[in-house]
Amino acid sequence: MNKTGEKIMSGVFFTCALVSIFAVGLICFFLLANGIPGIVKIGVFNFLAGKIWSPTDIPAAFGILPMITGSLYVTAGAIIIGVPVGVLSAIFLARVCPRHLYKIVKPSVDLLAGIPSVVYGFFGMMTIVPLLGSSILSACLLLGIMILPTIISLTESAVRAVPEQYYEGASALGAGHYRSIFFIVMPAAKSGIFAAVVLGIGRAIGETMAVIMVAGNQARMPVSLFQGVRTLTANIVIEMGYAGDLHREALIATGVVLFVFILMINLIFSSLKRRMP
Amino acid sequence: MIILIGTLLFLIALHLVKRNPSERLMALITWTAAILTIGTLLFLIAFIFVKGIPYIKLSLFSLTYNSENVSLTPALVSTFIIAFIALAIAVPLGISSAIYLTEYARRGNKIVALIRMTTETLSGIPSIVYGLFGGLFFVVALGWGYSALAGAFTLAIMILPLIMRSSEEAIKAVPDMYSEGSFGLGAGKLRTIFRIILPSAMPGILAGIILSAGRIVGETAALIYTAGTVAQIPATPMNSARTLAVHMYSLSSEGLHSNESYATAVILLVVTILINAVSVRIAKKFGDANHELF
Repeated sequence: MNKTGEKIMSGVFFTCALVSIFAVGLICFFLLANGIPGIVKIGVFNFLAGKIWSPTDIPAAFGILPMITGSLYVTAGAIIIGVPVGVLSAIFLARVCPRHLYKIVKPSVDLLAGIPSVVYGFFGMMTIVPLLGSSILSACLLLGIMILPTIISLTESAVRAVPEQYYEGASALGAGHYRSIFFIVMPAAKSGIFAAVVLGIGRAIGETMAVIMVAGNQARMPVSLFQGVRTLTANIVIEMGYAGDLHREALIATGVVLFVFILMINLIFSSLKRRMP
Repeated sequence: MIILIGTLLFLIALHLVKRNPSERLMALITWTAAILTIGTLLFLIAFIFVKGIPYIKLSLFSLTYNSENVSLTPALVSTFIIAFIALAIAVPLGISSAIYLTEYARRGNKIVALIRMTTETLSGIPSIVYGLFGGLFFVVALGWGYSALAGAFTLAIMILPLIMRSSEEAIKAVPDMYSEGSFGLGAGKLRTIFRIILPSAMPGILAGIILSAGRIVGETAALIYTAGTVAQIPATPMNSARTLAVHMYSLSSEGLHSNESYATAVILLVVTILINAVSVRIAKKFGDANHELF
């Protein structure tokens, strides 16, 4: 192939590589351009700190504090349930699991990551909801399961990245197998484990369909663990279908708030990842 | 039941660690966590299968959907159409970007840093935000309405980072001596890329593409307000269409056809498991092939 061909193609490759920059720019622009006017009309304080969401009342109220707290509650619960189980499972995979068992367990964890969120949601609807009702607790439990694969795979690679000498040194000093793992290897992998937790938070806060199916979705301040709650993501999906005018803008603005949360989490995640060995 | 499992766990732990009680405790909690994870997966799959398989009937696969017979064939066809369009857009873009990042970009280039940052951002954005954006941009601003095309474009952006990352890793894994050999024989850069590097990296790239197909099949939130929820086979890409996952959501939220919901969940689960298995198999083959080289 000749020189011009080479030049043209390198230009083509470069242009394609710019698409992701372009896409992020476009997403930011469209969300902000459609969401900010709504926030301004409602008032930043009324929107973010308003405790009442009643878009169809006259006069309407657009406070998304119930949804912000809802998202935070549900995410915190998912982390409390998912992180211990996930981190311990990862340690099992990286350090404890016999080889023949690993060949079964590892693909299962990958499979857990591949199951669609509607299937999780349906499963939760049929097994968890009859026991715990459509409640914060149900959502926490289901999300705790759903973030397991994220936490496990990241933690596993973090634990594996710890130099073998750490474990050997601990063993040589007389620490048992598990003592070496829990008190020497795990602390050495802590920034990787934090990164896994942060990514898990991102997954949990952004999860939509499964949460809608088990959380009850009442737009009010969370009352108790056994009662329903609505998250930011659920708010968008449930009402976008019929919303108009200011209501619609308020929903897009809800998306903007969610987007800002996610950007912050991404930022923390990449700074943690950079600190990993 | 719980006591039985507990005793079993304790015996395993006892067997593993004979002397130290704190070792025994740590062994116990580690094994418990692993068994919980695997147990949850097994329970989920078994539950859906046991409840759903008896209701997989021929009528579920009839060509048209109506409110009495909630056939999933139209949704299955729509899933293929949307996945095909999305992949047709994202795959060339993703592979080209990966080629640029691995073969052309210079180290420390500011634009490369920006590309990496935005790609990472894209992979962290939740699907509902993609759905919101797709609804604002493709459906409203471009005037496409709820359509398979709008859904496919939205998903294309969503899977782009996944395809970029897997292609980049596959290309990086190709030994340098391949391209050096090609250059040594007088081939140009472009010929080396298309004839030597891409074919060697193909299994890894393919594994990434199949994984992306899996994400498309499982996606719901990004599609409801882009592709819409019409349960018929779309006549043109400009018509609204629901994928299998969206179909599953509609069925279960309507709550009228709970048996059919289980059956649909089985099909969705089987498709996802198959896609995952194929992807893993291809990736593994690729890994083995590379080991043989050294």
